[in-house]
Amino acid sequence: MNDTGAVELDCRGLRCPLPVIELARRLPDLPLGAMIVVVADDRAARVDIPAWCRMRGQEYAGESIAADGTPTYAVRRLS
Amino acid sequence: MTNLADPSRAWVYLDSASGQPLHPSARDAILSALDQGYADPRRLHDSGRRARLLLDNARAAVAQCLDVRPDEVSFTSSGTDAVHRGLLGLRRGRLRVGTTIAHSAVEHSAVLEAIRWADVRSIGFAVDRAGLVDLAAAQAALAAETEPVAVAAVQLANPEVGCVQPIEAIADALGNVPLFMDAAAATGTLPWPGGWQVAAASAHKWGGPAGVGVLVVRKGARWRDPFPADDRAEPRVSGFENVPSVLGAAAALQAVQAEHSELSRRHTQLSAQLRDELASIPDLELVSSARPEPGSALPGLVAFSCLYVDGEALVGGLDRRGFGVASGSACTSSALSPSHVLEAMGVLTQGNLRVSFGRDTQPDDVARFARALREVLDELRSGLGLDL
Repeated sequence: MNDTGAVELDCRGLRCPLPVIELARRLPDLPLGAMIVVVADDRAARVDIPAWCRMRGQEYAGESIAADGTPTYAVRRLS
Repeated sequence: MTNLADPSRAWVYLDSASGQPLHPSARDAILSALDQGYADPRRLHDSGRRARLLLDNARAAVAQCLDVRPDEVSFTSSGTDAVHRGLLGLRRGRLRVGTTIAHSAVEHSAVLEAIRWADVRSIGFAVDRAGLVDLAAAQAALAAETEPVAVAAVQLANPEVGCVQPIEAIADALGNVPLFMDAAAATGTLPWPGGWQVAAASAHKWGGPAGVGVLVVRKGARWRDPFPADDRAEPRVSGFENVPSVLGAAAALQAVQAEHSELSRRHTQLSAQLRDELASIPDLELVSSARPEPGSALPGLVAFSCLYVDGEALVGGLDRRGFGVASGSACTSSALSPSHVLEAMGVLTQGNLRVSFGRDTQPDDVARFARALREVLDELRSGLGLDL
């Protein structure tokens, strides 16, 4: 958990398509409505995580930046 | 063609958008010109005049196919060279006005590298999910510039996803800013629209030989050669023309234009067949148009992306099964970044494939390709431990 109460998924150093695979593996463990934050330095994640949400019926909740400057992508489980 | 791994199996080439096999008409023209067109077309002797005649015939034929004037057509050493000369020459002709170059976000790397090389300010026009320039956003971007924009570059069709830009509407939106049109992906398949000042194309994209580009500078366009030349008389290009290849390029363009309506009809059907097959594959996003109107997309190109797989593994698995296709995924590029086109469109970039049909592609090839794709996807996805 990070300080917003969301589960954090550390995908630093993982290359496309691994961050999306990790997200797909982890999300079913969360209750509906819960938020997961994917921390990923792979450039493709910026497009592929929102695309995954669109294709899989989950909510993409936006991009932010971790303390070390790595981009983070928030996803809410809808189904 | 045969499959190198298994010579008994037919190899199916589905990457015509990268380069077409030489059209039979081009082969005949090249072979006959090899013995006739060796001399310097500028020399005033019999052999020189013969080479000049062949070159002028090729120029006239290409001009007729593209509906431009022969003296507007030059042959360059590649499509990339034509793009560089076209865009940078148009910019050089506008140096007194400004230096900024505007471009769509989905231009070919030849355009983006020319801008980088010129080391000037550039502005990118955003595109929508279909890859089309957002006209209102483009106008807003131009209006926000404090310095005049020298030139804008917009492609006729996108080579990765096949969308066709509304060139004439974009030209209207540009007002006084001259337009450079990269027509490499569309020439031979779609007629050229109006509205541009300079355009470029590439012969091997339409079944001519590699190593021949076409640069068209409209009469009255303010274009100045951006690169050094030599003392040869030919304007706009440098070096000795490859006369046999230029003739082959012209013969191929005439042939594909003659075949065009029949081929477009067949390619439209093959694309619809492939899209139907893809619709039943889970976790797959079509990135080329799902319902293309005639003229709004390249008829023989279908692009899509697949969740959870890397593009290189897909290309490799299909190659082992006898199918040659291209990918725009990060894992298939040396830069480890996904295709800028897919990024700009905001579509899935992983597991990306571009299927582009040739003159000989048959419905059975598409059916077998779809089966092979399902097998490869099952193989790659089965070990992931995902509940799909």
